[in-house]
Amino acid sequence: MASFGRVIRLVVGACALLLVIAASTPSSAQQVNPTASAVKEQQLLQELNQIQGRVSIPDQRSGVLEQPAGRVWREFRNVTLRWIGGIAILGMIAVIVIFYLSRGMVRLDSGRSGRTIVRFTAFERFVHWMTATCFIILAISGLNITFGRPLLLPLIGFETFSEWSQWAKYAHNYLSFPFTIGVVLIFLTWIGGNIPNKVDIDWIKRGGGLVGHDHPPAYRFNAGQKAFYWIVVISGTLVAVTGYQLMLPFYLTGIEGMQLAQIVHSTVAVLFVAAMIAHIYIGTIGMEGAFEAMGTGTVDINWAQEHHSLWLEEQNARTSANDARPQPAATPAE
Amino acid sequence: MARMKFLCDADRCIECNACVTACKNEHEVPWGINRRRVVTINDGKPGERSISMACMHCTDAPCAAVCPVNCFYTTADGVVLHSKDLCIGCGYCFYACPFGAPQYPKVGNFGSRGKMDKCTFCAGGPEADGSKEEYEKYGANRLAEGKLPLCAEMCSTKSLLAGDGEIIAQIYKERVMKRGYGSGAWGWKTAYRETIES
Repeated sequence: MASFGRVIRLVVGACALLLVIAASTPSSAQQVNPTASAVKEQQLLQELNQIQGRVSIPDQRSGVLEQPAGRVWREFRNVTLRWIGGIAILGMIAVIVIFYLSRGMVRLDSGRSGRTIVRFTAFERFVHWMTATCFIILAISGLNITFGRPLLLPLIGFETFSEWSQWAKYAHNYLSFPFTIGVVLIFLTWIGGNIPNKVDIDWIKRGGGLVGHDHPPAYRFNAGQKAFYWIVVISGTLVAVTGYQLMLPFYLTGIEGMQLAQIVHSTVAVLFVAAMIAHIYIGTIGMEGAFEAMGTGTVDINWAQEHHSLWLEEQNARTSANDARPQPAATPAE
Repeated sequence: MARMKFLCDADRCIECNACVTACKNEHEVPWGINRRRVVTINDGKPGERSISMACMHCTDAPCAAVCPVNCFYTTADGVVLHSKDLCIGCGYCFYACPFGAPQYPKVGNFGSRGKMDKCTFCAGGPEADGSKEEYEKYGANRLAEGKLPLCAEMCSTKSLLAGDGEIIAQIYKERVMKRGYGSGAWGWKTAYRETIES
């Protein structure tokens, strides 16, 4: 019983002590605002444009609590990009149609000679067509992501559109690999002929033979082709790098980085598509005798004379060292 | 109809992570996916606050706006849901979401992320309410059973509130009035373009 009494005394004493403490503190407790030092949402957002903290689950990336920057990206994706893409692609098509109707096909002024010269080897054509095939599928599947919902979805319905978009996404992701290899090979294969030089200035001044019926001299690639080469190399690199960044989320950057990557990827891509529409035009119905360069790999001597006179001279000089005649290249490479 | 919202009273959250666990268990959410998480800001410093965050079921939801296949829809209760049958796993909702809500089962697998998964406000998906298909894809549909989201229902400090926006805002306002402080309705301005004046 003595020990029980001791416990009682202890408890009573403790309670009394607590009462004393409680009685002495209210004046200060009322002045303490527990939120005075508390983190404020708007303040944090103004400081960093995102709120980040610590999480105890393994996925540390979920520590980003809020990132309202997605709103800016949404505006870009749904409005800005559609304007840029629409104007670039439809504008390019309109320009080409007007050009074709007013200027027509660039004809071979001197007709065909019947003799041909090798312009692109089988390897060069393989690289070109591999990249080109990938590009067309990547372009269609990419444009589907931006323009499919307003244009195609209402026509074919939700299920069909989703099914198609799913396959388009797989194609887009996996064909990026041969496309990237193609861009690297294009860069390496044709870098030699694509360094800008003085001849290009003269070629541009004379309208490249597109405007009027002039035939300014050019080496293997004229200024227009060099422009396409650098568009492919630079745009191809940009879309590849940003594309892989989007394919491998969080490997390189966080969300803001991916938003930025998508902006670069899609903007460059729609301009790239517009440029390639011009390339396809000039390589097919825009110029007589041009397609066969990438088709059979050989061009008519007169075509080479009109469009790439300096290159033809080079080739003749090279072959005449071994052989007196210009190379007839009777057998196509395929 | 109600306009369903979440509100986390950060001055009450004790970072017990029970909402996270309850959510995972209720919906049998696969490994690696967390529909809800608790983020602690200024951890260990004065003014530290923890906020439980999941999909906020935004007004004019950015995820729905940017989805290339238009797989999102808003229910009559204002809950933002999506169809996993239509989702192509492109990741766009995830770039647009201010709250990091969309989750993918296969992040980093050459972009084939798998079908997006996120908080459904315990309201399932487009399949028939309470069906096996619905449960497998989206988890339980408590709303159809007349119940509110489990995370909020079982919150031990009643920090996390889920329900009609006006009612939970009123509860929060009363709390702030009574105790004299409140660090605000986190995420409301971003999600609903409005905040609770206190």
